[in-house]
Amino acid sequence: MASNEVAPNELAPDEVKVGKGVEEIAGGRRPTRALYLLPVGIFMLLAAIVAYFMLSGRDPRLLPSALIDKPAPTFKLAPIAGWENRKPGLATVDLKGKVTVVNFFASWCVPCLAEHPQIVALSKLKGVQVVGINYKDKPENAKAWLTRHGNPYARIGVDGGRGAIEWGVYGMPETFIVDRTGRIRFKHVGPIVPDILNQKILPVIRKLSK
Amino acid sequence: MKRRAGLALLACVVALAASLAGTSARAVEPNEVLKNPALERRARAISKRLRCLVCQNQSIDDSNAGLARDLRVLVRERLTAGDSNEAVIRFVVARYGDFVLLRPPVKPVTYVLWFGPILILLFGGAGALVFLRRRQAAGAIAAANPLSAEEHERLEALLADKGSGS
Repeated sequence: MASNEVAPNELAPDEVKVGKGVEEIAGGRRPTRALYLLPVGIFMLLAAIVAYFMLSGRDPRLLPSALIDKPAPTFKLAPIAGWENRKPGLATVDLKGKVTVVNFFASWCVPCLAEHPQIVALSKLKGVQVVGINYKDKPENAKAWLTRHGNPYARIGVDGGRGAIEWGVYGMPETFIVDRTGRIRFKHVGPIVPDILNQKILPVIRKLSK
Repeated sequence: MKRRAGLALLACVVALAASLAGTSARAVEPNEVLKNPALERRARAISKRLRCLVCQNQSIDDSNAGLARDLRVLVRERLTAGDSNEAVIRFVVARYGDFVLLRPPVKPVTYVLWFGPILILLFGGAGALVFLRRRQAAGAIAAANPLSAEEHERLEALLADKGSGS
């Protein structure tokens, strides 16, 4: 079939012609050897990518917020039943004029208790307003929890689930930082442990307070 | 042997039936179902496209999580209020991001995801084609240039040497 491509034998001795012809057309010895290393190279690259994501400590279940740099959603939440005179409810207009920390919490949520001292610390900062959204909680439980552990919130809105959807919240606790113009600038999913407070939350607040 | 294959086949059928039965068991509760069957069908179709963000590998139609329930109710409310299917999806995506869609949208950031496999297939196919052609050509050359008697002798000698040498 391909015999017409091959020069007739009389041009050179058989031995040389056959050896050279096969090597040339089959790609030669040296490039083939380099190709053998290609799978190893690809494997090393994949291993490096996997190692990078494993060692970066990034939790793939944590999702970036779709609301970053967007205005806070339109919402209006009632105060905790029985505390109408002590703590007002929360609505979109309350987020303007001050740097605001919006903290979703519930008395049934254990990580919320873990982050509570940090929320209290935030509420003592000057020029920062800390507000709470009490998610799917019983008013008595929420009141007892706040009385027992301290109430850092200037305002508390009660949410049966719809408020969380407006904020794109999918678990407790979640915390947002809203700038003076009412724009969401930062979101943290999960408890604000002291490291998170110092390394992430406080720098954002400092930047927004300037 | 035959009996074994039969058993394996039976096991496959049972597993398949079980998995199908699994997907037909929905998390939708009776009090969520809309009276209007057309709207309810649309709600179910939308719910199957939305990810439950608590469990992450189930649709909100499948999940028993509280958030999934809230989203199912929300989908039905928006439909009852007159939203189109796409408007409902947009409403949820605006709040939760593209990740809430079980089927990722085709846009620049997902081009690698959508077209990468096709590209890999094309490159692999082209590589395999080149490789096979070269091998064929090499075979043709060898066939067109049979070994001389002298070469045969050398080859035999080398093969015989291999066992004893090295």
